[in-house]
Amino acid sequence: MQFTESEIQRYSRHIILQEVGGKGQLKLKRAKVLLIGAGGLGSPAALYLAAAGIGTIGLVDGDVVDLSNLQRQIMHSTATVGQPKVESGKKTLLALNPDITVNAYHQVVNADTILPLISHYDVVLDGSDNFSTRFLVNDACFFAKKTLISASMFRFEGQLTTIKPHQGYPCYRCLYPEPPPAGLVPNCQEAGVLGVLAGTMGILQASEAIKEIIGIGETLADKLLIYDALEMKFRKVARPKDPACPLCGPNPTIKDLWSDYTVTCTI
Amino acid sequence: MIKVRIPTPLRPLTKNQGEVSVAAASIEDLVNNLEAAYPGIKARLCDDKGELRRFVNIYVNEEDIRFLKGKDTALKTGDEVSIVPAIAGGSPWPA
Repeated sequence: MQFTESEIQRYSRHIILQEVGGKGQLKLKRAKVLLIGAGGLGSPAALYLAAAGIGTIGLVDGDVVDLSNLQRQIMHSTATVGQPKVESGKKTLLALNPDITVNAYHQVVNADTILPLISHYDVVLDGSDNFSTRFLVNDACFFAKKTLISASMFRFEGQLTTIKPHQGYPCYRCLYPEPPPAGLVPNCQEAGVLGVLAGTMGILQASEAIKEIIGIGETLADKLLIYDALEMKFRKVARPKDPACPLCGPNPTIKDLWSDYTVTCTI
Repeated sequence: MIKVRIPTPLRPLTKNQGEVSVAAASIEDLVNNLEAAYPGIKARLCDDKGELRRFVNIYVNEEDIRFLKGKDTALKTGDEVSIVPAIAGGSPWPA
């Protein structure tokens, strides 16, 4: 018996979809998805992944819930202000779906911890709010051959792409070879963002993760999706593999994780 | 005229316009003509040597100019150019 009666009922709207079915639902149940960041992007993504029946969800975040987070970080609530985001999130996800496993990692990922962490997972979602983590996660997923769904946002604009160089597609460095130099990065804490944009981008990220796990639809691995909430425009641009990519190109200069990915986040 | 899509972080330089039109025969032209109309924008797009910064991509229609002819990529009327910086909870440029 792969599913309990209550699971069959819970996932019935999935199971009756020909493209998902019992087989697809079983893939979701067996999948292990790690979310880097339990904030604006991670909240909506995790909620929908939990609802969809992803069997194991990992949440990594070193922060605690702050009142200023609640404008967009819907996995948390007024009652959990001050608690680690991963614990607050875990409670919310298990309340939504007690049949899944949620692992909470109250830590900031770094070059020493990331590889052991992602080794337990099949798919990684990057919802981090800084360039250091974004390049670290890309490089780690490249070396560990993990599919990465990367979303980012700023003010009214979001970007989304799927990264799986182990299947012949480009990596994040094919798109942006290097992080901005220290001194060019503004204080991330003070960058404004439309709260609901986090929802849009996080849910699109969850949607691409589910498609990759079940193996349906078109992949976003050779495109970059750009969403402008003010103009209400979605655009896709081509994202080719860079033959000169320092990470996944034929003559790589990055052969291991850097010891330090820090990009100064103050100006 | 070429339509240029301006990303959110650069809109303070374009009087908050998300799209502007400039005349240009190549990307290099376009950057210089943008600078003439919206002073300060070139320094955001290019480094001190005039090379495009590595955390900013420019697309002609849907193609990344790094995989075309870079700054020498030719433009013709009707082309749409998009400037797309890396973003990560913040923009790569100071506010």
